[in-house]
Amino acid sequence: MSQPVEDQPQSLQEQRPKRWVYILPLGLFTILMVFFFFGLGLNPQLIPSPLIGQPTPAFSLPKLSNPDELIHHTDLKGDVSLLNIWATWCVSCRQEHPVLMKIAQSKEIPIYGLYYKDAPAEGVIWLQKYGNPYRENAVDEDGKVGIEWGAYGTPETFLIDQKGIIRYKHVGPISWNDWESTLLPLISSLKE
Amino acid sequence: MAYRFTCLFLLLFFATVSSAEIAGFPFENEAQEQRFRDLSSELRCLVCQNQSLADSNAGLAQDLRSELYQQVLGGNSNSQIISFMTERYGDFILYKPRFATKTLLLWLTPVLLFSISVFCLIRFSKFKSQEQQTPATDEDLQKIRALLQAEEEKQ
Repeated sequence: MSQPVEDQPQSLQEQRPKRWVYILPLGLFTILMVFFFFGLGLNPQLIPSPLIGQPTPAFSLPKLSNPDELIHHTDLKGDVSLLNIWATWCVSCRQEHPVLMKIAQSKEIPIYGLYYKDAPAEGVIWLQKYGNPYRENAVDEDGKVGIEWGAYGTPETFLIDQKGIIRYKHVGPISWNDWESTLLPLISSLKE
Repeated sequence: MAYRFTCLFLLLFFATVSSAEIAGFPFENEAQEQRFRDLSSELRCLVCQNQSLADSNAGLAQDLRSELYQQVLGGNSNSQIISFMTERYGDFILYKPRFATKTLLLWLTPVLLFSISVFCLIRFSKFKSQEQQTPATDEDLQKIRALLQAEEEKQ
């Protein structure tokens, strides 16, 4: 027990907590604010894909252009390519479509489509009406292949390298800004 | 009377829950049905994120439920099914986060906060100082008397 200072009664000395204690609430509050600042800025709709760095999931599906022919995941190998999951019922896909057309016109990269949970006839009409940015479309009518790719909200776009490894995933419609600031630099670095 | 009504209410409440989510999925036995029920409430619907696969009517939730159904019927173990889901959708599909380095803070913060509060409670409570109070000695009493006398003389 410490010696009491002479002109202060002993009990008062003991009850007074150390100075750092007064800073404790402020410190805790600051830590909480830092968490809130970063945490509340996150978009809960963007779920990181565990498929990044993994080979493309296997599939063999009929082509939209010709249902008698099959397209396989191995057909994506050889080029750096995009795989876009879309459907005619998907409103954001309609919004994204002009950007895909512009990307296709730039001839930077082939775009493959995974035509997700939709009737093939609808898709053919859609592409005739608005234009076809895709090299080929795989028809996934029951959505089984979509599950393999971890699809949860169309449109979703995967960037795949020459060896068929998934390098990047974009959830939601690609804007021209996304293309120029994120996708194009990634594609250039993959092509080197 | 109130007891009876409570019982009735609870029975009705649980009756609806147990019949709703299994509709459309016939199982071979009770164990399979129970596993399907447990798993579909442990897995998150990724479209409507605050609902489980069991609760959600989203298209994706329906697809994942039938995937789950087929895997349960096919005899896959719970851990096989869980890893099937996380390999495609990530840990986010699990309602209960895994205990991993990434989630360490999440799991340990309650323990940490509890320990800090217990520490503070013991450290700064009044009990301690009251216990240690010693009765005034004769010397102290003499000092006090002297002070009081000095005060009286001033007045």
